Amino acid sequence: MLRFVVRRLLQLIPILFGLSILLFAWLRLLPGGPAAALLGERATPERVAAINRTYGLDQPLFVQYWRYLQRVAQFDFGDSTQTGRPVTQVIIDQFPGTIELTIAALIFAVGVGIPLGYFAARRQGTILDNLAVVGSLVGVTIPVFFLAFLLKYFFAVELGWLPPSGRQDVRIDATHITNFFVLDGLLTREFDAAFDAVKHLILPGIALGTIPLAIIVRITRAAVLDVVNEDYVRTAEAKGLTTSVIRRRHVLRNAMLPVVTTIGLQLGLLLSGAILTERVFAFPGIGSEIVSAITNKDYAILQGVILLVAVLYVLINLVVDLLYGVLDPRVRVR
Amino acid sequence: MTTATQVDAAGGVFSGDESGGGRWSEAFRRLRRNPVAILGAVLVLLFVLVAIFAPWLAPHDPQEQLLLGEVRPGFVPGPREGFPLGVDSLGRDELSRLLYGSRQSLLVGIVSTLLGLSLGLLLGGLAGAFGGRVDNVLMRVTDLMLSIPGLLTAITITVILGPSLTSVMIAIAIVNVPIFARLLRGSMLAQRDADYVLAARSIGLRRRTIVLSHIVPNSLGPVIVQATLTLATSIIDAAALSFLGLGNQDGTPEWGQMLAEAQDLLGTRAALAFYPCIAIVIAALGFTLLGEALREALDPKFRR
Amino acid sequence: MSLLEVEDLSVVFSRRGRRDVRAVDGVSFSVDAGQTLGVVGESGSGKSVTSLAIMGLLPRRGAAVGGEVTFGGRKLLGMRRDELRDLRGKELAMIFQDPLSALNPVVPIGRQVTEVLTRHRGMTGTDARREAARLLDLVGIPDPDRRLREYPHQLSGGMRQRALIAMAVACQPKLLIADEPTTALDVTIQAQILELLKELVRQEGTALVLITHDLGVVAGLCDRVNVMYSGRIVEAADRRTLFVDPRHPYTTGLLGSIPRLDSAEGAPLLPIPGSPTDTLPWSSACAFAPRCARSLEVCTTVTPDLEPDGRRALRCHNPVPAEEAAAVGAEGRRE
Repeated sequence: MLRFVVRRLLQLIPILFGLSILLFAWLRLLPGGPAAALLGERATPERVAAINRTYGLDQPLFVQYWRYLQRVAQFDFGDSTQTGRPVTQVIIDQFPGTIELTIAALIFAVGVGIPLGYFAARRQGTILDNLAVVGSLVGVTIPVFFLAFLLKYFFAVELGWLPPSGRQDVRIDATHITNFFVLDGLLTREFDAAFDAVKHLILPGIALGTIPLAIIVRITRAAVLDVVNEDYVRTAEAKGLTTSVIRRRHVLRNAMLPVVTTIGLQLGLLLSGAILTERVFAFPGIGSEIVSAITNKDYAILQGVILLVAVLYVLINLVVDLLYGVLDPRVRVR
Repeated sequence: MTTATQVDAAGGVFSGDESGGGRWSEAFRRLRRNPVAILGAVLVLLFVLVAIFAPWLAPHDPQEQLLLGEVRPGFVPGPREGFPLGVDSLGRDELSRLLYGSRQSLLVGIVSTLLGLSLGLLLGGLAGAFGGRVDNVLMRVTDLMLSIPGLLTAITITVILGPSLTSVMIAIAIVNVPIFARLLRGSMLAQRDADYVLAARSIGLRRRTIVLSHIVPNSLGPVIVQATLTLATSIIDAAALSFLGLGNQDGTPEWGQMLAEAQDLLGTRAALAFYPCIAIVIAALGFTLLGEALREALDPKFRR
Repeated sequence: MSLLEVEDLSVVFSRRGRRDVRAVDGVSFSVDAGQTLGVVGESGSGKSVTSLAIMGLLPRRGAAVGGEVTFGGRKLLGMRRDELRDLRGKELAMIFQDPLSALNPVVPIGRQVTEVLTRHRGMTGTDARREAARLLDLVGIPDPDRRLREYPHQLSGGMRQRALIAMAVACQPKLLIADEPTTALDVTIQAQILELLKELVRQEGTALVLITHDLGVVAGLCDRVNVMYSGRIVEAADRRTLFVDPRHPYTTGLLGSIPRLDSAEGAPLLPIPGSPTDTLPWSSACAFAPRCARSLEVCTTVTPDLEPDGRRALRCHNPVPAEEAAAVGAEGRRE
């Protein structure tokens, strides 16, 4: 197992290296060059010259790249060209919101998707099964923003059951320690604040989680249908094991292998979808930050956020791979 | 079951040229019997016809701000005679904008899919045909491309190129490249180790002959399925980019942009947000259903 | 009363849009404690379906089971599912053909053994682990404590089958059904596994139903033999009678198609022509008739009954005469 982990960690190096080159190149390709891009509307010849000096932009490319790497390694992504705030600070403020939203969506997708897929498979051919199959086919096609609009319109605007936007009611004077509002509410025992944060997560979480939900239902159903016909399930039956043990240890345990891979693949989709969901629900997070950075041409923020999301995505995939190794002993040995 | 599949694969392959016809015509026959495929085809046809005939179908010029005078902050006039779906926040006819919007969507879908497809097939084909170091380098590159979430890649590319429909098309095409490259390579690798290729080698066929007349035709099915599904995702992705403000800046109607503009009117004229959404879903659903049905039709496992 | 009595068992598979398939038809036999019964036939002869029907492991939908199966005085068919679950693995156990696919790939061997102990003998924790190690040792797996922690893919084929046997005998079942237990194994391993089964049956007094297509396996292990063809028993006899004096053309065909060390040099092997089919051109007939060299007019019009005849039961209109039978089924086959 340890060798498996180490090998996967080593495979990470070329990817991260490639990413840094891509982003470095991207900064250089920006309209007007990096200095103008980083300064935005404040660019004057003097300022450009100053930036060029401090960032070493007058140096050869490989020196520039080396310095870029050094800065990135120290989590120094520069300052916002709009507000002047350090990019790192912006990330610390905004990122927890996106993580909370993604987790909410994942809980919804996994918590509903796996049981639904399982029961659809066990009742193959019934109305429940047919509904699940058709629903998942349509669910994949519905764009995130459409669903977000629908939910927002019906449950927030028309019915008023849930808040239409934001992460927390502004009237609640909540203490923030980690910027994870739900967690903060629990830590400080301000349960009304935590509850309010949860309420703000429901609609965007469902909107963001629906496509992964549809995919998880499909994969779980197919995997369970495959596994129940396996010889080892018959062996388990022949041993007279109880239905719940057979379901848990022999059917689901094996059916989870393709599902875990799928969930890993969905996380990229979730991060993409979060950008759109946050936009519809005016939910302060990394997605909203990207959108406003695009509008304001705030490239400093953009490059920091993109690097962060890409690295995060790579790390998530690593975790999924490791999890797969835990679930499937055959992968470890190979 | 396994035997049936093997026989099938071998039979479909060895006969090379003439067999292709048999397999495809059989798939086509099964497509015609599948209600999902029919529904998908009808939706796609509807979408394409609307895109082609938009200038004749639309009652007004989609760019002309006909009722701008009646628009007040927080109020947009609803449907009335001559404006069956009402107007947008700049007083332009909503129906005409919807109809014209299909043109941009179709254009983005087709161009970005074809561009991504040809680049992807080139890379995947090289990797699959040569293997070894070429394969290794190309696959690391696709790894890297896939290590950033698709929409984010598209955003970064559009930012460099500046917001416009062309940028959106290029960006989505680039996002599609690694998908097709991996697909073709994977399917070629699987074919390369198949028994019939071994058989072809053993009777002394040249490598180029084997690749071109055996491996590539047999890898084509999954690629066509993926291309159909990619048309759907490209249309959605394009709408997303234009929703984020990265599309055309000249007022040409785009569904994503219409959606973004309607956002603020959710409390008063929610319909303005739903029209473009429904249009996007119809277009994407058509291609998705068609692609899924095609996948089933080409999959020997479903053959009966 | 015997331990297991199967009376007129039939299994019909039905699938939508397809003709029903009668996989098992009017099969009756019984097995006593300590006895080993061989069930021989080609693939598709219904021997595996028979055993799955006894165990209650056929799919709930699409398989209609008829007849009567009595085990230790209790009727198995129509028994409540949870009651049957209590019996399975405890008094009735089964081992399967392919030990790799019959073991769960992602659960350690130890857990797969202890789960039976937990279920039927209420053992948990260290007790269960110690007992599992003892069982692995019993079936001849060296270093059992290490093997318990390993996964199926880390074991050799023979080891896997031994582990499966350990799970099957964990509760000292009264009846053990082995469905082609050696088919997927190397020849040398086959002999070891058969020896192990023989030993376990002798020690514990377990009744064994051994399903196989290999007459060599039957010769080495079984007291009685049922020969099945196309879902029916065509000849049933004790081992000696079957090998020395086979009467059904199919049985003689099976014996004649095996190479033997004691046959004269240059003597040809006699394969049975054709292959079994479940679609006969006649509405009622002997299923073997299309491949039978001795088939008569009557064979294609009347289904023969299984007629008891002293030491054997035979289902044939035109059985092989004694003198011809002696030529095929010689004395001293690997006895």
